[in-house]
Amino acid sequence: MNYTLDFTPVIDGLPNLLWACLGTFTLAICGMLLAIVIGIGGVILRQSPLKPLRWLVIGFVELIRNTPFLVQIFFIYFALPLAGIRLDPTPTAIIALGINGGAYAIEIIRGGVQSISKGQMEAGLALGLHKAQVFRLIILKPALRAIYPSLTSQFILLTLTTSIASAISAYELTSVSQRIESDSFRSFEVYFTVTAFYLVISWVMMRIFALFSSRYFSYPVR
Amino acid sequence: MGREEFLFLLAGLKWTVALSVVAFICGSVAGLMVALARTSGIFIVERLTAGYIAVFQGTPLLMQLFVVYYGLALIGIQMDAWAAVSVGLTLHASAFLGEIWRGSIEAVPRGQTEAAKALSLGYVSRMKDVVLPQAIRISLPATIGFLVQLIKGTSLASIVGFTELTRAGNIISNQIFQPLTVFGVVGALYFLMCCPLTIYGAHLERKFLTASR
Repeated sequence: MNYTLDFTPVIDGLPNLLWACLGTFTLAICGMLLAIVIGIGGVILRQSPLKPLRWLVIGFVELIRNTPFLVQIFFIYFALPLAGIRLDPTPTAIIALGINGGAYAIEIIRGGVQSISKGQMEAGLALGLHKAQVFRLIILKPALRAIYPSLTSQFILLTLTTSIASAISAYELTSVSQRIESDSFRSFEVYFTVTAFYLVISWVMMRIFALFSSRYFSYPVR
Repeated sequence: MGREEFLFLLAGLKWTVALSVVAFICGSVAGLMVALARTSGIFIVERLTAGYIAVFQGTPLLMQLFVVYYGLALIGIQMDAWAAVSVGLTLHASAFLGEIWRGSIEAVPRGQTEAAKALSLGYVSRMKDVVLPQAIRISLPATIGFLVQLIKGTSLASIVGFTELTRAGNIISNQIFQPLTVFGVVGALYFLMCCPLTIYGAHLERKFLTASR
């Protein structure tokens, strides 16, 4: 082994890399918000009395869950212009992340809704509460608490998935590191450092999620 | 898209299947080691494997493939893209399967291990004959779920430069300028591979749920 590691290109590119981390965060957070919206919308549609609508949601979920994100993002990247929508790679990546995360969110949220026993709803109504009140005061928090662990681990997965958005050269950590790599040819050093960055990012997100959970969901349950 | 192009995609599909199979088999062997090390009861070994798993779960698969691809070349091992990607996916699979199987080994009731110890079975026999057969059963739905993830993950090999299904799709799409048709077909091929597995996994999960009720 006659190769000396040289981290100078990485150190020189550090400001760029740190800004790119912000890009990754932006992608991840916007993707998550879109995923939540799609998730809630999907669950509502999935419980609609119209059978075709329910099948549409099921088909969407299975289609997204059984194809690779890379193929999805390529498809969306080429499909949007044909639909007359011209977007930069970064918004396109957000849409793709939201759609992908949304399909998983539908499954997770559906599980949460089902986990609340029917008796809770009936007891609330029997106490003379309004349907909306029952939902807000009784159902919402335990349901959120039930889905919280799987939803947050799905979000961390989504954050890591943002690296695939480099395939359409959206602005995020991986695409910036690829640029530094192709300028310096210090492939291992660049990718090793960036991998460590991702590790820190996912660790930080995990801590934040855990902090939030201990703050809001740590009331005693029987 | 003509016959020629479709056959090219099928040639790519062949490599996707090969990658998935190699990564899953090698990853299972390594993952079993990881799971056993993770539940060994030796503090340092458990910490080390926990760290190994955390690193693979906390970083993108794409980065793992890059690091392995360039890292192997760095320590003087000359490999083509196919071998390097296989190694990368195998390591990835070993960490995830290791974590899944750790969970299922721990889910086997403690009494089973205690009974095996009381019968003075050694570690190997205790694991091989008592704990693992039950753990494998418990882990089956999650293992199949991960296999689907792994098949989808092989698509990232295309970014490293290995011609599997997704890259074959890229090449064809650049030739005939019909990206929607091409990626539609590519997506359908992945779907045909993954969907039966997903359905089977869900079926097993339901079956076990009813059995344990």
